[in-house]
Amino acid sequence: MSTRTVEYSVSSNPEMGMDGRPVASPVFPVGMEPEFQGEHMLINIGPQHPATHGVLRLVLELDGETVVKCTPHIGYLHSSFEKLGEYRGWNQIIPLTDRMDYLAPLIYNVAYAAAVEKLMGVEITERCKVVRVMLMELDRIFSHLIWIGTTAIDIGAFTVFLWTFEERERIYNLHEALTGARITTSATRIGGMMADLPPGFTEAVQHFVDTLPKTLDEVEALLTNNNLWVGRNQDIAVIGAEDAVNCGLTGPNLRASGVPYDVRKDRPYYDYDTYDFDVPVAEHGDCYDRYLVRMEEMRQSLRILQQTLDRLPDGPINVDDPRLILPSKTDCMSDMESMIHHFKVVMEGIPAPAGESWFSVESSKGELGMYVVSDGGSKPVRWRVRGPSFVNISTLAKLVEGHLVADVIAANASLDIVLGEIDR
Amino acid sequence: MANDNDTKFEESLKGLAGTDRAKRAMPGPGVQTQDVEEHVSVTALREQFGDAVLRHEQHAGDEHVVFVKPERLREIVAWLKDEASQRYDLLKDVTCVDYGGGRPIQVLYELWSIPNRRQLRVKVELPLDGLEVDSVTPLFATANWHEREAYDMFGVTFRGHPDLRRILMPENYQEGHPLRKDFPLRGRFSRAEQTRRALALDMEDYYTPAELELRKRKGEATAEPGAQRSLPETAGQPGGARSVPGEEAQAGGGEDEA
Repeated sequence: MSTRTVEYSVSSNPEMGMDGRPVASPVFPVGMEPEFQGEHMLINIGPQHPATHGVLRLVLELDGETVVKCTPHIGYLHSSFEKLGEYRGWNQIIPLTDRMDYLAPLIYNVAYAAAVEKLMGVEITERCKVVRVMLMELDRIFSHLIWIGTTAIDIGAFTVFLWTFEERERIYNLHEALTGARITTSATRIGGMMADLPPGFTEAVQHFVDTLPKTLDEVEALLTNNNLWVGRNQDIAVIGAEDAVNCGLTGPNLRASGVPYDVRKDRPYYDYDTYDFDVPVAEHGDCYDRYLVRMEEMRQSLRILQQTLDRLPDGPINVDDPRLILPSKTDCMSDMESMIHHFKVVMEGIPAPAGESWFSVESSKGELGMYVVSDGGSKPVRWRVRGPSFVNISTLAKLVEGHLVADVIAANASLDIVLGEIDR
Repeated sequence: MANDNDTKFEESLKGLAGTDRAKRAMPGPGVQTQDVEEHVSVTALREQFGDAVLRHEQHAGDEHVVFVKPERLREIVAWLKDEASQRYDLLKDVTCVDYGGGRPIQVLYELWSIPNRRQLRVKVELPLDGLEVDSVTPLFATANWHEREAYDMFGVTFRGHPDLRRILMPENYQEGHPLRKDFPLRGRFSRAEQTRRALALDMEDYYTPAELELRKRKGEATAEPGAQRSLPETAGQPGGARSVPGEEAQAGGGEDEA
């Protein structure tokens, strides 16, 4: 399906030419431009700059106001999570995962747990599957909401930021009800979840599903037809389908270029193939299409959320396997066997079979691959995160070449990056 | 009996690992090296490249891993990408695995075919004294940063890479390649030494050599990038190379000759 539904009306906008493009108004009269030396200028953006969405540093080589070359410098947040993971047990790595993409922590928790479960051959319970899908879709909306808010503020629209942050606050509250933390959720465990859904959780999600579309409508009413929004986003940072695949883009960025690749459809996990939802695909591959795709994705996520609420089965949330799951505190204090299991799981960890596994999920920013390698011990030999933001930001230099400095901000915002995961 | 006691003693040295860990280990699908399910692309690769395909493994149920000879890696990846029946057009990841203990480092290429919905992981094994393999950046633009990260973290050199620099660690990082097993978790230097080095850094270190070239062309006064970096002993001394303009010119000229 094509999501580009809006054609810009020329008549209402005197700054637009007849072809719908903004008219360039030259500073100097044609033919009387002063001779410039053609000197290139080097300017530095960041690492501490709000428009870089974190500690990203860009060095731009400019010819006048046109970008000749852009060099992103990353690594300012590098914490070597992958190295730390080699010194931790399988369950102890989970807190590291949500510190990567702190804008969608639950997706990272789930992806990591799923990779390890695949390695160990653990089949999680039906209820756990549905709960994980619910949490992932919730966090997809969570991440897209901050994306639209901060992108709008980069372009100059302040109101959207306030509205979307108000909605995000409700998801923060859901995080808090589920895990006790608002950002660093650490909600999953190998073989299940830290805890089952608290009382009132599904009702709160239902309320969220019912009321979010109103905010989305309001945001779209503010932006989709907005002169400034259209002018700053359309035909900016265009990337074609073939280039986008070659550059490794995934997720909304790839679908905005017209490639209908979605891990949820192409390599389904957690029964995503039984949910009824559409994958929005656009065709132009510019900032504006990336915006349209993400807005539509939020609505599709709401559809999935509604289905998870409808089908949420009863039953245990954790697998019934004492090698993986800690026994309850009561059992632990009254039953010798449980006490031994508790001791072994805590002191020895969970020995995984030798081998490796790769688990891909569709994160809010693209395809998130978790790759774990085991030699048979209770710690990984190698834990690798294929982060979508890392790949997204690597295309920035290509996207902004030939654009104006102001477009660098729009292009960077449209890619949807989070530096915690780029630097890891 | 003596032998039996010896083995018991050796097992006891292993502590908990030697006793009942094997019984407690999650069974899991593990690695299959025998009776591997047939994979269309591996069969085609064997026909096309013969003995350049070393072995085929199946991991975690449905993941196919094929080991190839490092010297023919680029050729094989290019064939997988362009051959009409294969079309592995999405390179998801390039990274390395170090098992430690002097074993070879594996470089892996996670490929996915969007049209065919097929996965294949191509691996090469590089001995520690020959960490070099052809870059696939000319084939996949996305490999550029992944290979830079692999170089930064594992020290694998990718031949033909357009811009092989460190990416996450600073350009002048002296301690080696952090994700190697022989690299200690807390780094090689003490905290005090690390702080001293960080404070002794030069502003020039924050720019790439190409950017510094640009500044030189503009005639801005620049010191030779290598003069102060990596030598915190001299950097701390007063009256460094940048204070006297004549010395700067000499330093710049020296770099050109080199």
